[in-house]
Amino acid sequence: MSPPRWRAALANPHLREISSSMEPAPSLRAGDRLLDVEELRAGYARPVVGPISLSVCLGDVVGIRGPNGAGKSTLLNAITGAARIFAGRITKRPGLRLSHQQQNALPLDNVPLSGQELLALTGASGESLPAWIKPHVKRRLDRLSGGQLQFLQVWACLKAPVDLILLDEPTNNIDPPGVEHVAQELVTMRASRAALVISHDQRFLERVCTRVVELPQ
Amino acid sequence: MSFAALVDPLFRLPFFTGLTFALVLPILGMYLRLREEWLAALAFAQVSAAGSLASSILGLPAQAGALTCACAAAALKGWIARAGNNGYALLMIIGWACAILLLSNVPIAEHLGHALFDGQLYFTGVGHLSVALLFLAVSAALLPWLSRRLLLERMFPDFFRASGLPALRYHLIFDVLIAAGLALATSSVGVMAAFGLVFVPSMIAYRVAQSWKAAQVIAAATSLGAYLLAFAAALVLDQPFGPVLVITLAAVAAVGWLVLIALQRGAPSIDALS
Repeated sequence: MSPPRWRAALANPHLREISSSMEPAPSLRAGDRLLDVEELRAGYARPVVGPISLSVCLGDVVGIRGPNGAGKSTLLNAITGAARIFAGRITKRPGLRLSHQQQNALPLDNVPLSGQELLALTGASGESLPAWIKPHVKRRLDRLSGGQLQFLQVWACLKAPVDLILLDEPTNNIDPPGVEHVAQELVTMRASRAALVISHDQRFLERVCTRVVELPQ
Repeated sequence: MSFAALVDPLFRLPFFTGLTFALVLPILGMYLRLREEWLAALAFAQVSAAGSLASSILGLPAQAGALTCACAAAALKGWIARAGNNGYALLMIIGWACAILLLSNVPIAEHLGHALFDGQLYFTGVGHLSVALLFLAVSAALLPWLSRRLLLERMFPDFFRASGLPALRYHLIFDVLIAAGLALATSSVGVMAAFGLVFVPSMIAYRVAQSWKAAQVIAAATSLGAYLLAFAAALVLDQPFGPVLVITLAAVAAVGWLVLIALQRGAPSIDALS
């Protein structure tokens, strides 16, 4: 008999306090399987993507590419539970902690939240921020440029204390120095975490990914 | 016009009761606005008023009826929220209609009805102040815990769902907190004054603050300033408190808006800088 859901939830260190530690869950080792996607067909009113199978282990940075409408974002949404699964299954390691940078802009709606406060929400450290963005982190998010906002959104997910990072077109609107910082971070975090990265930027995927999955139209 | 009323001990308890709500309601309003649910505050206030009247007719404490009805509305909110603002607007007009019908047809409800809709803070006593302070303590204990979760859910909507964490209880606790706050405040300062304290200070803070923390300070300071002015004005001019507070809040918002326009006109434009 499986333990009650509330007990499993309380055992999750992420729930006890959305931890500010950047360390991976202590039970994880290099090569441990974090996510299995088997013969998945997912979508909303009807299937948009699949069938697709892939697995992600600790240390993997898996690139997802494909033409517009291939269902790349839907795949990530199915992993987070935002899209409907029509067939196949997704198996996550128990207690797996995820962050998800969505392609849509943040729902700011005049919310007076500063960049610093956005990073603090996910437990992301602001100390390692590149020098070009540091002067702007105390400003309101809705008063930043599109590129600055996108970078902070990506950074908040990248530096969150999670095991698996889902990034959807992270390089959109970001200047080359910012793209370089995202790439460097994805490469260095491989030792302790894993990522699924959607991008149309072929060079970026080649630089950061351990392998790339192509989705057909 | 009499300034003697300002130092009359008779009005000390009502003063501190209103002051407590003037401190806590704007902070709650910040989170309601974050969730785009500010109309829910008016719906809860109207339903609370109907609950107060119904319970007083039954010979029960008015605050108990207000709390019960507001919490029942909060429990239904999951279903109502799917209809968005339409759901809240329906709840609001139903609450208003029930309250008006009760006070029009049951003589015993008439006095309380006028207090609720005129916002007669001066009739509040030790019981009102006690529950207001209790509510302040509960809010102070819960809000630091709720704040990060509510903001996180707003900015990264699938953060909790993606990691299989239950977000429902945060929503439920916040909904009950809001419903209780509106119910208790409605019983003390009246329907529209309670809504005004939730709505106006947070609106100003959202417009001018540079961070969430600063916004909370601005919302609370705006509310307390308007409350002090309104309390004094209503006593000196011998006017019902609720409408005076609402007009004061609106005046503060208008002044703030004019200052902001003046500052923006004074600031150098991007063209001038380039």
